[in-house]
Amino acid sequence: MPTLFESFQSRAQAVSAEVHRLSTRAEALEFILDLVRSLEGDRIQPSFAVWAACPFLDGLDTAALTERAPGLAFQVTRGSASTATVGISQMDLGLADTGTLVQNATAVEQRLVSTLPSVHIAIVATEAIVPDLGAALSRFYAKDGKDPSKQQSAASPPPYLSFITGPSRTADIERVLTIGVHGPERLIIVCVDELCLNGLGGGQ
Amino acid sequence: MSSTFKQSIDEAVHNSNLTGALGRFSEAYREGRAKAYEGVDFEAVRTRIAEIKGGAAAHLDELADEFKQNAEARGAKVFRASSPEQVKDYILKLAKSHGVELIVKSKSMASEEIHLNKHLEAQGIHVAETDLGEWIIQLAGQRPSHMVMPAIHLTREEVAEIFSKEVNERLSSDIPRLVKIARRELREKFLNAGMGISGANIAVAETGTLVIVTNEGNARLVTTLPKIHVAIVGLEKLVPRFADVAPILTALPRSATGQLLTSYVTMISGPAPNTDGSLKDLHIILMDSHRTEMAGDGKFQQALQCIRCGSCLNVCPVYRLVGGHVFSKVYMGGIGTILTAWFDALKESDDMQSLCIQCGNCKEVCPGKIDIPDLILELRRRLTKDNGQSPKERAIFAVVNNRRVFHAMLRSASLLQKPFEKDGFIRHLPLFLSGMADFRSLPAIAGKPFRDVFPTIDQSEVGRTSRSARGLQAPQQTSPEQAFPERALESPRGSGEPPHQCTDRAAFFAGCLIDFAYPEMGQAVVKVLNKAGIEVAFPDEQTCCGAPARYSGAYEVAAKNASDNITALLKQDVRWVVSACPTCTVALKHEFAATFESLGRTGEIARAEELAAKVVDFSTLVRTLVEEGRLKLKSGVDLGTLTYHDSCHMKRTLRVDRQPRELLQFAGYDLVEMKESDMCCGMGGSYSLKMPEISAPILERKLVNIEATGAPLVAMDCPGCAMQIRGGLDKKGSAVRVRHTAELIADMVE
Repeated sequence: MPTLFESFQSRAQAVSAEVHRLSTRAEALEFILDLVRSLEGDRIQPSFAVWAACPFLDGLDTAALTERAPGLAFQVTRGSASTATVGISQMDLGLADTGTLVQNATAVEQRLVSTLPSVHIAIVATEAIVPDLGAALSRFYAKDGKDPSKQQSAASPPPYLSFITGPSRTADIERVLTIGVHGPERLIIVCVDELCLNGLGGGQ
Repeated sequence: MSSTFKQSIDEAVHNSNLTGALGRFSEAYREGRAKAYEGVDFEAVRTRIAEIKGGAAAHLDELADEFKQNAEARGAKVFRASSPEQVKDYILKLAKSHGVELIVKSKSMASEEIHLNKHLEAQGIHVAETDLGEWIIQLAGQRPSHMVMPAIHLTREEVAEIFSKEVNERLSSDIPRLVKIARRELREKFLNAGMGISGANIAVAETGTLVIVTNEGNARLVTTLPKIHVAIVGLEKLVPRFADVAPILTALPRSATGQLLTSYVTMISGPAPNTDGSLKDLHIILMDSHRTEMAGDGKFQQALQCIRCGSCLNVCPVYRLVGGHVFSKVYMGGIGTILTAWFDALKESDDMQSLCIQCGNCKEVCPGKIDIPDLILELRRRLTKDNGQSPKERAIFAVVNNRRVFHAMLRSASLLQKPFEKDGFIRHLPLFLSGMADFRSLPAIAGKPFRDVFPTIDQSEVGRTSRSARGLQAPQQTSPEQAFPERALESPRGSGEPPHQCTDRAAFFAGCLIDFAYPEMGQAVVKVLNKAGIEVAFPDEQTCCGAPARYSGAYEVAAKNASDNITALLKQDVRWVVSACPTCTVALKHEFAATFESLGRTGEIARAEELAAKVVDFSTLVRTLVEEGRLKLKSGVDLGTLTYHDSCHMKRTLRVDRQPRELLQFAGYDLVEMKESDMCCGMGGSYSLKMPEISAPILERKLVNIEATGAPLVAMDCPGCAMQIRGGLDKKGSAVRVRHTAELIADMVE
């Protein structure tokens, strides 16, 4: 039996997502900064990459990060996201059986960074990979809101819940699969072992 | 059938872009779908969906109230609209009051159903479709040709042409480049639009949640960037619980496009923040527009279990040939015919329903477990009731319903056809009849029908001969052996005496084609059964099984046929009623009771069921006889290769496909499977006469698949398919021979 991560990885790759696994937050951070710089090349401009607030960034000095990757911005607005090439955000769950990322995207910046730029870097805790859709749905809603086995369940699903499986795609012209219509043309998933389900590790 | 309809069919089947794209897609779809469902119990998933959506359809009003309450508690505004006009007025008023000049839309069938764009554009509000296919269609001023892939009928060159005009720039037909152009053009519109309109794939009552499924990501932008979001939701999208989303999302992408999940699924439960910090102005319109009416119809309520995946289109042999435009309505294909009859008007579905060949492919794959072919038949029945039959049909059925006249006419036809007949085929018919034969040769009507051949068959060697083999003289008394045939079988045989072989009796139901065109198939059946120690009766009063009448909507005629046959066959003291025609078998086994039920003649159902219990198709019975050791096939003979064609009724109603294959392999044939062996051959009974322009290309595809196997022989269990395929091969000058399984087995019984 493949592990949840292995299944997630092969499913996600099958729909053209790129999957990377790193053990610590520090390693993941270096990986992401390298990635941004490599994508940036000589095209350095403010808000080349926009990073939406997330537990991964907790306690990090974002100004120092911008110094290391000059186009990186943490102020996500309609304007900055629509001119950015890269969007970065942290997702809540992964689904092993479809290679899907799940995120409570009620905060609008979470949606802006994953819809408007052409590259989306999605961070997810390796531990947050659950078997399937049914498991994910019960994390976000259980009828009485206090299902003891699922502590994440709430009395109401979040106003905006996003499921992302691979990059944006279409086959509307001659059934030819083409990546990157309205959303990102590259989805780079960074799985981090050190992170826990809802944020940084160590706290649970 | 209107002449413009016939003309649109003609245009479609001659549009090679369309038939090529649809044909390729439908072949790829079959594999893609199967792969996507690997490891998923499709039957379990669709049973769950049918329960959820069937239950919802029975409580639309309560669910709509519950949805409204819960969505409003979360800050959405919910408007329940009974008519399309109310929906259009609501949106127009909303747009005007907010000064909206540009609206971006993600795909919504409900909005197409009510022709929303036209209404808004007429009031000076610009509406941009943002699904790539929909946008192409909008720019081209056309209508979608597929529910999931609206522009599947257009080539890349045509799309390049359309885009070039829009952007005033000469574009090449490079697809990724064209997609980039669409991204650039539509991105501007997303950022500037004052309102976003979407549909929804699911609406959850207990949480007021909308579920929206897309691949391109346009729905995420439509629901994020403009400050107003309007979702138009047909009432049939309602489900009670949040957990009900899982089975529907398991099936929808797999059935629609062979994906495990679409790139994006968005679940909206109340307004989320806009980019300026305000909350979304979220309006949800629950649209009835005849859905409640449909739910109130006992027969059609199940159509609301549809999840709009379009799989009924993708597997349809007719749709993949003609595409969506021939349907000339918003909804197309099998389910589209049914929805049009309700959302539009019954008579509007008249042309569309005539396209259905009743092959049953759609029923097999429907994730909502809707019996689409049956519902189309019901439409046909209601239309026939409303409009009456055409004079031609009335004349035909008057004859079919009078057994004596019908049989006399078929006999005299065998004489009249002489001038046109050659080698047992009719290749050219005079005048208007020629349309029936010009894509295939028709069988000559046999000089001596099976009913005249039967009395000449010597069955004296079969078991005891105390009774006449003639059905007409069957004894009224039941002997213990007849009442308990299993026990009779076990009775010991004395060693010195002549074998005391106890005999089972079976009545043979020939059906019109075997009786009048292929009596040799009937002879083969009798020979095989005799060899197994089964005496065959042929009740002379048997008549047409009623399938042609039923499939034309003439249920009264079908009921008369049923009633005559039940009387004739139940008079017989037999263990089985055997047929070598799957269509007849289905009629006898399943449809007699259904026809009576549709007509409210419930008193006759019990007798229909009594008959049904005895009915069995040739291959199933003979496979059992071989297994029980009652019938032996010659062994050790290498008969070479053959391929097998599955008849629609055999495979999908009777669920028989293994038995004839095994029999033929036991007999010594090497089976080579053809591509799409269970795809309809285009016969469909009288369909091939009414729709020769569709029947012919469907047959052509079948012939290509048969010939591609290289086998010199194709076997099948249906005389109708044999007529179509044999006629097609003859016309083509092909050397491939066509045989009924019964004929091939009859050659090999010991």
